[in-house]
Amino acid sequence: MLKIIIDDKYCKGCMICFNACPKDVFKPSDSRSKLGALMPEAKNHEKCIDCKICERLCPEMCISVNKDE
Amino acid sequence: MHELAEKYLRKEALPLLFCPGCGNGQVLNATVRAIDELKVRDDLAAVSGIGCSSWIPVYLDIDVLHTLHGRALAYAQGLKLSRPDKKVIVFTGDGDCGGIGGNHLIHAARRNIDITVVMINNYIYGMTGGQKAPTTPYRSKTKTSPYGNDENPFDVSKVVMAAGGTYVARWTTNQPVQIQKSIQKAITHKGFSFLEIMTQCPVQTGKYIFKNQDPWETMQWYKDRSATKAEDIEKGSDQFLLGEFVEDVEEEFCERIARERDGLC
Ligand SMILES: Cc1ncc(C[n+]2csc(CCOP(=O)(O)OP(=O)(O)O)c2C)c(N)n1
Ligand code: SF4
Ligand code: SF4
Ligand code: SF4
Ligand SMILES: [Mg+2]
Repeated sequence: MLKIIIDDKYCKGCMICFNACPKDVFKPSDSRSKLGALMPEAKNHEKCIDCKICERLCPEMCISVNKDE
Repeated sequence: MHELAEKYLRKEALPLLFCPGCGNGQVLNATVRAIDELKVRDDLAAVSGIGCSSWIPVYLDIDVLHTLHGRALAYAQGLKLSRPDKKVIVFTGDGDCGGIGGNHLIHAARRNIDITVVMINNYIYGMTGGQKAPTTPYRSKTKTSPYGNDENPFDVSKVVMAAGGTYVARWTTNQPVQIQKSIQKAITHKGFSFLEIMTQCPVQTGKYIFKNQDPWETMQWYKDRSATKAEDIEKGSDQFLLGEFVEDVEEEFCERIARERDGLC
């Protein structure tokens, strides 16, 4: 399975990943990043098709989509 | 953090100073990927002027010159002529490049000097508070055009084509793959390369021009108004063309100097 990790040290909560993901993997959440922003949460990992559009569009380069071994 | 950010960004300078959702971070993202794919880290020198977009190269752990407003191309040309072995890439805003620096731009293009220019077009002076830029659309309200802009905007890519640039392309932040590929092409291309990237400035352009500060909404606005085929563009509308407009082979300036002046450069 793929694992989507958002680095809470750098996320600014712009929600571009949430809007761009074609498979609705991200959901808004109540947790805040170290910068004080409301972060999205990568919820539906099993739906991810590894297109990596979230990684490419994240302005903070704080998302990584990894193979979960 | 993404592994490529880990590899190429100056961690001590983070977080990026850009506002949430700013397109500048996406341009940085594509640039890092282009550097990684081309393996040019040690050959590359980045130059910028002043403005939010001029902060893009500051985060790259490579040789960087952060210079004066409008003068990035003057420094970049000096650098290229004295160190023709370096690949020089300039990051500049629509104000920095098309406004105060417009004269440097046309003359650098005319010389066909081997420099890559990445111009970030957000239709506005972002850093200083949302003043009208030479790219601001007709009738748009900004801080300095409260009744709407009476002027016609510059199509800076067209200006560069007319002046003699030999690689010219335009994309929006909706095309991160094309941006990366065009940066790679521009760096590899021998001659003056110009890449215009339409970006969202959710804070200033969002507030004044789009009346919507959601970064995704501006990206959608760009998506709805851009096309890659000229016949899909309605004349007189606010639609604009994307793609690679020019890819020409012409003698490059440093090579000409070397030939004419017996290896001087
Ligand atoms: C000689 C000079 N004039 C004016 C300024 C003020 N100034 C700083 S940035 C800027 C405009 C930046 O706009 P742009 O190049 O589009 O960059 P953006 O912030 O939109 O990315 C201006 C006018 C300056 N720093 N130096
Ligand atoms: S795109 Fe990046 S910065 Fe924006 S909300 Fe998603 S993870 Fe955070
Ligand atoms: S890789 Fe694609 S499908 Fe997976 S979370 Fe990112 S955008 Fe969604
Ligand atoms: S003011 Fe605009 S261009 Fe400058 S960092 Fe903020 S969003 Fe980006
Ligand atoms: Mg600008």
